[in-house]
Amino acid sequence: MPFVTATSQQSTYDVIVVGSGAAGGQSAYALCMDGAKVLMLEAGRKYSPQSETPMFQTPDLAPLAGAGTPDKPFGFYDATVDGGWEVPGEPYVRASEDPGGRFEWWRARMLGGRTNHWGRISLRYGPYDFKPHSRDGLGLDWPVAYEDIAPYYDKAELLIGVYGSNEGLENTPDSSPGCLLPPPKPLVSDLLIAQRAKRLGIPAIPGHRAVLTRALDFKGTPARLHPGNLTAQKLLAEDMRARAPCLWATPCGRGCAIRANYQSTTVHLPPALASGNLDITTDAMVYEVTLGRDGRANGVSFVDRTTGKPQHAAARVVILAASACESVRILLNSKSTRYPHGLANSSGQLGRYLMDTVGSTLSGQIPLLENLPPLNEDAADGVQMYTPWWLYREQLAGKLGFARGYHIEFGGGKRMPDHGTAAGIEWLTGGSYGVKFKQDVRRYYGSFVYFDGRGEMVPNDHSYCEIDPSVKDRWGIPVLRFHWQWSQHELRQAAHMQRTFADVIESMGGKVSGRVQTDGARAIAAGGSIIHEVGGAIMGADPKTSVTNRWCQTWDVANLFVTDGAVFASNADKNPTLTIMALAWRAADHILERMRRKEL
Amino acid sequence: MDRRTSIKWVLAASASWPLLATRSRSAEPAAALPGYGTDPPLVTVYHPGQLWPLTLKPPQRRLAGILADIIIPADEHSASASAVGVVDFIDEWISAPYPRNQRDCPIILSGFSWLDAEARRRFGQGFADLDSRQHHSICDDICSEARAARDARDGARFFARYRDLTAGGFYSTPVGRQDLGYIGNVPLAHFDGPPPELLKKLNLP
Repeated sequence: MPFVTATSQQSTYDVIVVGSGAAGGQSAYALCMDGAKVLMLEAGRKYSPQSETPMFQTPDLAPLAGAGTPDKPFGFYDATVDGGWEVPGEPYVRASEDPGGRFEWWRARMLGGRTNHWGRISLRYGPYDFKPHSRDGLGLDWPVAYEDIAPYYDKAELLIGVYGSNEGLENTPDSSPGCLLPPPKPLVSDLLIAQRAKRLGIPAIPGHRAVLTRALDFKGTPARLHPGNLTAQKLLAEDMRARAPCLWATPCGRGCAIRANYQSTTVHLPPALASGNLDITTDAMVYEVTLGRDGRANGVSFVDRTTGKPQHAAARVVILAASACESVRILLNSKSTRYPHGLANSSGQLGRYLMDTVGSTLSGQIPLLENLPPLNEDAADGVQMYTPWWLYREQLAGKLGFARGYHIEFGGGKRMPDHGTAAGIEWLTGGSYGVKFKQDVRRYYGSFVYFDGRGEMVPNDHSYCEIDPSVKDRWGIPVLRFHWQWSQHELRQAAHMQRTFADVIESMGGKVSGRVQTDGARAIAAGGSIIHEVGGAIMGADPKTSVTNRWCQTWDVANLFVTDGAVFASNADKNPTLTIMALAWRAADHILERMRRKEL
Repeated sequence: MDRRTSIKWVLAASASWPLLATRSRSAEPAAALPGYGTDPPLVTVYHPGQLWPLTLKPPQRRLAGILADIIIPADEHSASASAVGVVDFIDEWISAPYPRNQRDCPIILSGFSWLDAEARRRFGQGFADLDSRQHHSICDDICSEARAARDARDGARFFARYRDLTAGGFYSTPVGRQDLGYIGNVPLAHFDGPPPELLKKLNLP
């Protein structure tokens, strides 16, 4: 019985993994497939994508036609359970109410965490992204290079299934042969955007997303991922066969009952559980890493949310993978006489260099896309194509006024109509109503395109989190207080996004919806709102200026690791999830090797 | 709508502003909303009135349906808004305990009052009892927020919101999806992309 309660856990494990999302799922998968006995602790409830995903449900069956509410911010059918910008009973504090100092913290309290609803965009960091300081003198270099991580990008792509293409572009790495699944066919709007963007010198190439555009190679891939480990190969082959390819309908953000996209709960956890090496306790809110007399971690303390009682679990190794800020919070709250400022914080860097992605959005209406015949454009649910950053040379030459790049996620098409489909179109209709309004809605339906910029933030001294001195959550656990500040690099980048998007819309003969925000402070989305928060326990080459080494191992406690986004020393424009998995897998291999050598 | 209900809603809506401000200042735990919560069952069917009590009284429902059908009447393509349950949707929307809905509620209820008062001023009877020509003479004055005269701006603000809600309720139904020619949400063995002849017509590669 792999799901255990606080009282039916084993007395000790090889490894405790705190968290069950991209980092926790990947850590547990890699460890269990190689025979380690793992206890996973998840703060939220058990969750089954097979039985709980609202596949094919239509908005008319939902409250408020499925519109988002504070209870379900991304819409009623979004997969998120007990999550959002505010989680009942689990507050956090903002140090400033200044709009530019605002930080939003998204959480999900469920097995698989945020992987159940994420966008599935799976981009590799490039060589520049691991050495940004060496390139332009800003930010921090990682203690690893692209070549160190590349084999694990290959492995992660092969395991989870990522579609995309190799284009040989600058700082946009190709995958090894056979790693990527074929990209889906683009939509009319994708092709039109690509055609007009290219005329402006802006590239558009197939997107990379963790969606199975065809069945996985269950005969070849298991041996490639687990050479010499026949047990793991067999388990993985069986599990890969059970994942169906995409059926080209129903939004990925709801989760996927047929396991055609990556969620920790559809990819990492099933084979790990089948190995017999994984125990999972849900509703286990970890608040402290405990130390033995030898100064090594001996386990974690957690609140059993079903009883409200504190419990303890023991292991040889502890991995924190609770999400960047939550892992930092656990470490900061793990105070002792030996470590009065929190565990793994001898550098004083814990909580520092918190980063999110720069986000800015613009949409437009395109007459060329009006009155197209009926088309099924559900496709892969978005980002069939995207624009990687293309102005590396101009930027390095100092011509742009901001240091780092962004990519563009764009799209359009005849999406399933919902409560917003015909809302706010008076700027096009002139205020029609009656039969004319119905004609107008038919005319404009499917003629809108959107552009989401996703850009790199340079880490700074003013964006960090710490423990609030007074506020506690419903279990009495001290909560985080966030400090946030953008620099001119991010604000100018956001303004550049707006001008670029407007140029592309106009090159399509379209009209911009709303205003083009050329003031960066107005163009930029609030900190945290893109939900790519990373940093806070950064990895580095020097114990004085970083929290972990190149293996995600804390400098201060040899058997304590952090494998989530907290270790990121930069936050490239590429969405962080694939890199989290690559780092977590690499750390797990390192832990296994050290355990075999009896060093852990 | 009686005046007391109206005032209650306005107060509730205005009270939600300082509440929001306080929450954002310290991100204090939000007061538990009597909504569907953060973990509602998703694989089930919901009906208006099931999760929270509805607001509209019979005369208001009558007016709501007449106005919804002025905005989305039956035509050769599809039924009218009221025929597919839009009044229930709007009633559910303005009755929901969430901030956005609580802001909309007084806009809609006072908009109904504005319409009735305007109908009485112009034609001596309530809006629901007017004929089509009379309906249009009022709606033409408030159908555009950009063009509305100064004294019709409240009416125009209401009308814009009501049109959005009506369209939201209508186009999220099977009838609305069909009206727009939406043919997705069905499993496909493969996705072939747009037909070549369409791409050719649009000069796309």
